[in-house]
Amino acid sequence: MTASAQTQSQPRVVLTARGLGKTFGGFAAVSNVNLDVHHARIHALIGPNGAGKTTVFNLLTKFLQPTTGKITLLGTDITHTKPDKVARMGMVRSFQISAVFPHLTVLENVKVALQRPAGLAVQFWLPLSSLDRLNGRAETLIDDLGLTEYRDTRAADLSYGRKRVLEIATTLALDPEVLLLDEPMAGMGQEDVRMVADIIREVARHRAVLMVEHNLSVVADICHHVTVLQRGEIIGEGDYASVSQDHRVRTAYMGTED
Amino acid sequence: MAHGHTNTEARAAHPQASALKTGLLLTLLALLLAAPFFLYPIFLMKLLCFALFAAAFNLLLGYTGLLSFGHAAFFGGAAYFTGHAVKVWGFPPELGILLGMAGAAVLGLVMGLIAIRRQGIYFAMITLALSQMFFFFCVQSSFTHGEDGLQSIPRGHLFGFINLSDTTNMYFFVLAVFLIGMALIWRIVNSPFGMILKSIRENENRAISLGYSVARYKLAAFVMSATLTGMAGGLKALVFQFATLTDVTWQMSGEVILMTLLGGIGTLIGPVFGAGIVVTLQNYLATSDFPVTIITGVVFMACVLLFRRGLVGEFYASRIGRSLGFNPEK
Ligand SMILES: Nc1ncnc2c1ncn2[C@@H]1O[C@H](COP(=O)(O)OP(=O)(O)O)[C@@H](O)[C@H]1O
Ligand SMILES: [Mg+2]
Repeated sequence: MTASAQTQSQPRVVLTARGLGKTFGGFAAVSNVNLDVHHARIHALIGPNGAGKTTVFNLLTKFLQPTTGKITLLGTDITHTKPDKVARMGMVRSFQISAVFPHLTVLENVKVALQRPAGLAVQFWLPLSSLDRLNGRAETLIDDLGLTEYRDTRAADLSYGRKRVLEIATTLALDPEVLLLDEPMAGMGQEDVRMVADIIREVARHRAVLMVEHNLSVVADICHHVTVLQRGEIIGEGDYASVSQDHRVRTAYMGTED
Repeated sequence: MAHGHTNTEARAAHPQASALKTGLLLTLLALLLAAPFFLYPIFLMKLLCFALFAAAFNLLLGYTGLLSFGHAAFFGGAAYFTGHAVKVWGFPPELGILLGMAGAAVLGLVMGLIAIRRQGIYFAMITLALSQMFFFFCVQSSFTHGEDGLQSIPRGHLFGFINLSDTTNMYFFVLAVFLIGMALIWRIVNSPFGMILKSIRENENRAISLGYSVARYKLAAFVMSATLTGMAGGLKALVFQFATLTDVTWQMSGEVILMTLLGGIGTLIGPVFGAGIVVTLQNYLATSDFPVTIITGVVFMACVLLFRRGLVGEFYASRIGRSLGFNPEK
């Protein structure tokens, strides 16, 4: 799809934020955040609870309007774009609290994502069977993410880890250029963590991934670039090895890790 | 509907459930066809009008998750539009109803554009305020004839040759319009568009993050619900041959909420039963000494407390309903 010849040499920047800030009342939840997210790279956003990571996601995807700063997606200024438009432009997010359609089955969840790009979302006069032609693609995604046996299970009845996997499957159904994952592995068992890490590594071969993650061994393992946030500000940046040596970062966040 | 179950046992029960559903629907249809020969036809026609009204309202509440407190504007408004078109302009009944629907659609579009971005209780309040504005417009306006209402609306001849002054003819016309309305609602709910409505109801933010312009889908659902409500309102004007302020009051908006909750939101047939119960109660209590509103209020409270999903919803969720393969969530 979007893989270009130059990806190995200098991956292009697909998402940038400059001077991004958000205040709630008088409280600055995010201030002066600069980010460059690259194609075919996994970029981690880490930091203690309440640091402002989810708020940054909400700003980038325009679920919240930034108080200051500018956001560019694939060369287009999206600072004043609506969130659904941002999604259509190719940046799709997941949510920290798993976001599935609970009373729809796994297959239906994925198909809802496929309906819009397939131009099958506004037809109120067609029967549901008109969506059958999306089954093949939906089933491929479900199989790829190891949900085959849950195809007809209602999303509400899935385990927590599988709900997260379903969310990723639904997100991938849109084939986004930029993927934002908010704590995709929180609350998962060791085995699921491995599987999801592999999935993310695989999907990032052709897309940019920005993820919030608390599991630092996963960050060390799969992320190319790390940005550390504390009290809404960036206090460190670089690859995992250098960031984890930074003394501000160590005292603020990682001190608890070793 | 086809993938609602996790275990094979429930899946095996499916053909049985759909056969049962078909059986129930055919029985209901047979009863409706035979009913005018046993029951008072005007009562039955009133019941069908309100059943369609409640089902159209439920398209919004049950399938989109929006609580409108202003649907009387579409119901009563369409009654005026149809009445005026038939009486003053001499439209045939079928065109009169279509015009009532078109008028309700325009009203729905205007109200929807103003209200649709509000959430929850604010949406209910704005729709209430807008429908009250429409009520005062109806009080002032000359074409509604104010307190007197629009009287002696002729039923006319369907397609120019079926005389609807004949009660039996009229009944079957009302039944046909009702069935067409229900079929339209069924189609909308079970369509690609209906799937998106369901997903918006289930998780609005997720739907946005998948690129759906949620407000537009909600607006479309709102206009569809208003239009189908107009179908019921126009029909009612022809049945009773008058259109009055009663149908545009906020109490009418409340009544349809009551009917829908009583029968069960999120099921197609629930509001029909809810409307049946309310209209029947009103009809029998009207001739007795009991105060109608208090009795319906008490029945409503009892039902909401005892049957959270509404009567039909509770039946679907009950052991019997489940063993027959009904899925209470759909
Ligand atoms: N909508 C909001 N209104 C007010 N305060 C908020 C809102 N969203 C987040 N915050 C505050 O902003 C800070 C950052 O929150 P968040 O972005 O969720 O942190 P993280 O995801 O890093 O744990 C917290 O102090 C939180 O209470
Ligand atoms: Mg967070």
